[in-house]
Amino acid sequence: MRDRDHGRGGWLLLVPLILLAAVFLLPVALVLLNSFKSRLYISSAPFALPDAVTFVGFENYLTGLNTAGFAAAFGRSLFITVGSVLLLVVGCSMTAWFIVRSGSRFCKLLYYLFVFSMIVPFQMVMYTMTFVVGRLNLDSVVGILPVYLGFGSGLSIFMLAGFVRAIPAEIEEAATMDGCNPLQSFFRIVLPVIRPTAVTVAILNAMWIWNDYLLPYLVLGTDQKTIPVTIQIAMQGAYGATDYGGLMAMLVLAILPIIAFYLVGQKYIIRGVIAGAVKG
Amino acid sequence: MYKQLNRWFPVFVLPTLAAFCVAFLVPFVMGVWLSFHRFTTVTNARFVGLENYVRAFTEDDGFLRALGFTAGFTAVSILTVNLLAFTLALLLTRRLRGTNILRSIFFMPNLIGGIVLGYVFSLLVNGLLAFWGVDITFSATYGFWGLVALNIWQLSGYMMVIYIAGLQNVPGELLEAAAIDGASAMTALRRVKIPLVMPSITICTFLTLTNSFKLFDQNLALTAGAPERQTQMLALDIYQSFYGRVGWQGVGQAKAVLFFLLVAALAALQLGLTRSREVDA
Repeated sequence: MRDRDHGRGGWLLLVPLILLAAVFLLPVALVLLNSFKSRLYISSAPFALPDAVTFVGFENYLTGLNTAGFAAAFGRSLFITVGSVLLLVVGCSMTAWFIVRSGSRFCKLLYYLFVFSMIVPFQMVMYTMTFVVGRLNLDSVVGILPVYLGFGSGLSIFMLAGFVRAIPAEIEEAATMDGCNPLQSFFRIVLPVIRPTAVTVAILNAMWIWNDYLLPYLVLGTDQKTIPVTIQIAMQGAYGATDYGGLMAMLVLAILPIIAFYLVGQKYIIRGVIAGAVKG
Repeated sequence: MYKQLNRWFPVFVLPTLAAFCVAFLVPFVMGVWLSFHRFTTVTNARFVGLENYVRAFTEDDGFLRALGFTAGFTAVSILTVNLLAFTLALLLTRRLRGTNILRSIFFMPNLIGGIVLGYVFSLLVNGLLAFWGVDITFSATYGFWGLVALNIWQLSGYMMVIYIAGLQNVPGELLEAAAIDGASAMTALRRVKIPLVMPSITICTFLTLTNSFKLFDQNLALTAGAPERQTQMLALDIYQSFYGRVGWQGVGQAKAVLFFLLVAALAALQLGLTRSREVDA
């Protein structure tokens, strides 16, 4: 067949597509533009380009970073995301492998419980979860890691178990003959094999946890803010006065790492989205 | 060889299972139990039977109004998001120039979380509405379409990626055969492509349905329910019952149980409906 739609027809299709892409980029571009304007000129004239009067350089970025505690929030978000994702990937691949290989009735029941948790909306458990987590003193940046492990386990185990089922058990059996215990054969033989799915699971969970607002807000409160919590609090404004300049800068700083992450891991992210979609 | 495997249960399963119990299983069971109780903290619960469920519908119209708003929002979202996403997927599988960059741009909003995305979007929407001297909280109609536009912006690229994967799996021979038999582009689309990407349509409508129905962050960031809770969706209404009003925790939990049942029923119904239309190549 034809290699490319080079003809006039192709260009005619490209024009509306490019226009639409511009519309898709517009909101982010607008925030970027306004992050360099004085806060007095943002909500009054958001479409005006910065000029000699309104341009303030990186001033908004400095206030955003300092006063609102954004730098600390950034560190917290990063720690929680990386820590939870590590726990989820290791914990859930071990669990998924065990459930599949064991095949006992109890493990089957567990599997259905994990899968069931995927369709339950957060609002169903948020109040009681906050209570249980508080009682167990898990309301800290470290304590929230097992909470994310528990919450993310449904989707992660579902995806990983599906993959483990497709691996023949012979290699693991051979390892056992050679004297490996289950833990050794899991880390030396199984984990390298399930790595593609583990990467997918890691990416899906990272996207969710980095952007999550309500769970960290309820568990950690406003003393230990993550990035989405910081932005929500800053937007509501202390005593009704919102610093739009600092806010624009914070929005840009919140988006930048996501775009960097996407540019680096685009291939895996797209693959993850497609694999994650099959869960339906 | 796996006879002794079960001895390793504490190492392999117990940590994840313990976390699962703390974060999900125990709160879920407690949540169902509490929905039949009146309480202000979990420890002072008093059994009241179905009172919370009755109050959810009778004491004010917040829940029913939120249900109506959410249902309308979800229906419009399923249609618009999937139409746009499928059209984009069709155009971007035609080997045009710059396809990869365009795909990335359409996909990008999906990576940005609801709170950040909601505020990014509100700058544009409120900036535009300012030309008429209003903002998004001015009327529920603005809020509704603002939320729909935000949802389209966030979900279309995601669904487009799934549709592209589906379209790329349509065997080229089938399309050539259709062309040789004299099928027009439109006929090939309706008779060959759409039936073969039915699994993708199932997944995408399912994902749009559940994502739209459970929307919270975007709702909070863009309108926060304004004006006067008229643009409050179900998840936000439940949140407000729990944390916004004293003495309503039980009602909030009852609403949450109903919300869960609704989501589960809708998901089952939708999967049954579109699954039955899937065909094999």
